[in-house]
Amino acid sequence: MITRDRKRWQAAVDRRLRPVLPGFDVSVHRISCLLALLVATVLSLATTLPSRAGSFEDAVALFANDSFSDTEDAVNALAGSGNPLAYPVISALQDDRLVADPATKKVYVKQADGTVLDAATGAVVTADVSGLDAVRLNNRLRRTVAAAVSSLTLLSPDLAKRTAAAQSVFKTHDAGDLPAIENALQKETNPTAKQAFAAARAAILLFQPDASEASKLEAIAAIKARGDQEALALLSELPPDTPPNVLRAAQGAIGAIQSRLAVWSAAQNAWYGVSLGSVLLLAAIGLAITFGVMGVINMAHGEMVMLGAYVTFVVQELIRTRYPALFDYSLLIAVPLAFAVAGLIGILIERSIIRFLYGRPLETLLATWGISLVLQQAVRTMFGPTNREVGNPSWMSGAFEIGQLTITYNRLWIVCFTLAVFVILLAMLRYTSLGLEMRAVTQNRRMAAAMGIATSRVDALTFGLGSGIAGIAGVALSQIDNVSPNLGQSYIIDSFMVVVFGGVGNLWGTLVGALTLGIANKFLEPLAGAVLGKIAILVLIILFIQKRPRGLFALRGRSVEA
Amino acid sequence: MSYLLTRSLDKSATAFLLIVAAVGIALPLLNLLLPESSAFQVPTYLISLFGKYLCYAILALSVDLVWGFAGILSLGHAAFFALGGYAMGMYLMRQIGGRGVYGNPVLPDFMVFLNWQHLPWYWYGFDHALFALLMVVVAPGLLALVFGWLAFRSRVSGVYLSIMTQALTYALLLAFFRNDMGFGGNNGLTDFKEIFSFPLQADATRDGLLVATAVVLALALLAASGIVTSRFGKVLIAVRDAESRTRFLGYRPEHYKLFVWVVSAIVAGIGGALYVPQVGIINPSEFSPASSIEAVIWVAVGGRGTLVGAVLGAVLVSAGKTYLTGALPEVWLFALGALFILVTIFLPGGIIGVLRGRQRRRPTVAAAEPAE
Repeated sequence: MITRDRKRWQAAVDRRLRPVLPGFDVSVHRISCLLALLVATVLSLATTLPSRAGSFEDAVALFANDSFSDTEDAVNALAGSGNPLAYPVISALQDDRLVADPATKKVYVKQADGTVLDAATGAVVTADVSGLDAVRLNNRLRRTVAAAVSSLTLLSPDLAKRTAAAQSVFKTHDAGDLPAIENALQKETNPTAKQAFAAARAAILLFQPDASEASKLEAIAAIKARGDQEALALLSELPPDTPPNVLRAAQGAIGAIQSRLAVWSAAQNAWYGVSLGSVLLLAAIGLAITFGVMGVINMAHGEMVMLGAYVTFVVQELIRTRYPALFDYSLLIAVPLAFAVAGLIGILIERSIIRFLYGRPLETLLATWGISLVLQQAVRTMFGPTNREVGNPSWMSGAFEIGQLTITYNRLWIVCFTLAVFVILLAMLRYTSLGLEMRAVTQNRRMAAAMGIATSRVDALTFGLGSGIAGIAGVALSQIDNVSPNLGQSYIIDSFMVVVFGGVGNLWGTLVGALTLGIANKFLEPLAGAVLGKIAILVLIILFIQKRPRGLFALRGRSVEA
Repeated sequence: MSYLLTRSLDKSATAFLLIVAAVGIALPLLNLLLPESSAFQVPTYLISLFGKYLCYAILALSVDLVWGFAGILSLGHAAFFALGGYAMGMYLMRQIGGRGVYGNPVLPDFMVFLNWQHLPWYWYGFDHALFALLMVVVAPGLLALVFGWLAFRSRVSGVYLSIMTQALTYALLLAFFRNDMGFGGNNGLTDFKEIFSFPLQADATRDGLLVATAVVLALALLAASGIVTSRFGKVLIAVRDAESRTRFLGYRPEHYKLFVWVVSAIVAGIGGALYVPQVGIINPSEFSPASSIEAVIWVAVGGRGTLVGAVLGAVLVSAGKTYLTGALPEVWLFALGALFILVTIFLPGGIIGVLRGRQRRRPTVAAAEPAE
């Protein structure tokens, strides 16, 4: 009975040490065990803390004796104390910022900002320390202090600092750090830091000439588990006198890491591709709608994107000068405004110019090119030819990592935003009466007109919708590109390629086209360089339309043919 | 020959040829023979400027040949123009010889600058004028042949074709911007010294180039008129107006289109080759989609499908551009944009269409495009 309880006790202790409790089995008995454990821990802490604190103070006081051996004792005592003050005190000692008053046996830490701490308690004191001498060190002591500092950094309460310290040990793999690492590894509870410590320990063992072959093989396995560029670098710089078995294992690990890294880099490329593809989708989807419904290529589409970006700029300027608190919401405000501005301009263009050119798609192309020139020059006249500054709201700045994958928040949000726009558009085409009419006109304009659909109204609204979507694309692009009068020009040809490749049969064609081109572009880039990759894509599209002259998702039926 | 002339040239074309001939003869004479103090002396810069306009006119003529008579709206014709220009530019570069900044007898300056040791293989032969002239024709012609064969065979037409031509010139733009391509990268080819052993800076050479350009333009106009008024041209116009119907009548529209497409590209290339020595530089910006579209608006302004109109439009719009970008640079893009919009809406026949009035209605352009 007692042994069983002890086992449970042990299990509960293990659980407590784990940061998360996977599959925690709620049983009354276990809870009572845990409670008992908790009480015991608190009690023990309560009894041990004061005594520890006392020994810490005593150790600190040793610094004031101005004796090298006492200082060494103090350093060792502090390093082993686990007190959070140990690190600032010892690092102050290292930098000659630790001063002692031999009269009162008080020791002070001079901080970089000029304040002074009591080394024993950590409290800020107002004592005048300018006349006091720094605690002296000799060369032998300096080594002790340096070792203490590095082991204390490994024990730093800040997770990032601990991991960084482990990382630097991993790179230097200095045998002198081994005891500190092993000590830290034992105390560590965080799995990330634990892995970092294990890898650092493995790195030291691997480069220690007298370590056993078995431990070296184990070390290789640990380094292989880490599996990043640095692990690769470490394994490839093994000294030539390493035992052949270990070398062979290292070779195997290098191969495994390389193939794993290749997978990660492929994943990174795929993410870049998805990100580029979503930008292309956003820029091209409005173009695809207008082209599908009206058979009209809107060369001024890029300028609608540009207008959307400038709407964002204006909104941010207003917010900066009037309501700075709203800055994080600037994009949310800009999206509907950009849609409205670009959409209205689109409707205006359709009603005043394009309406007169129906049935003459090539002329429409020229006229819209003229519109694009006018819009560009108008923006250049109003806002100047230089780039305008559009800021990232806080929730779009920064990045996070998954494994070896770096994902920036602004790209992530743009992908999400694009998908949202796509879904909304898809739903609109599917479930609203305007969507129904648009699909009807796309499929067969004359038949739709015969069924009583006001095709010219549909045209105007479609053009407005396409332009409006270009406007909100501009809001998104303002976050990743320069806002200048030429913004639209840089996207227009890529958008055309998406439409040509995807076809205008339905929106899925645009989605597939945009993602395919985006991903293909990013996978070709490392192989052939950015420019050659782009050229290759253009050539591939020219070849592709041999097989499918009207894109992947082409409209079918007699009305499509000339 | 005289039969062909009388058959293919109407009154306006004949009049126009006379104007071109007069310009080609009078301007150089006024430049060379009169002393500089005379009020009628034409300064050399004007000669070069006019030569440039005539080169643009050749490009416009080639655009009109495909757009006006085959219904192919090319948004990439400047690519052929620039390819011809690069072929000529390579010849002129080799002519510099050891007189470059770095004094290398074989390598052009930019290659020395990039630390290249050998001339790339595709530069071989460009020190011979005849080979270079051959390339002026072959390079754009071959590109047009491959592209056109692929495009017309799979019946890519209408705006799809326009976009693909734009992609073509865009791809070339990107390619020629690369230093590794061996065409001078961003800076292009420049600093030319002489052409066919005549110094390029001399007035007489400039005048000679203008005369040559005028002659080429006249010949191109004659050739184009010959093509479009021949039996072949009639089928071509049928293809433009009703491609499917022509196909059902037993013709192969793709063959007709391909032929006129390649001819047009060659004409554009020759125009480019004449352009480079007169302007003194060729760089990748000639490939930019915008310059191709500008060539289209020349044709639209002058009158699509009239050949003479294309030449007229090119000269007028270019002259307007020279004036406006100098006097009111802010206004130029507004003016060009307005020109695109107004001409397409109000002047579908262009200037020539207005001049000819209603006595001869041009076939409606609408029928040329897919119905829906």
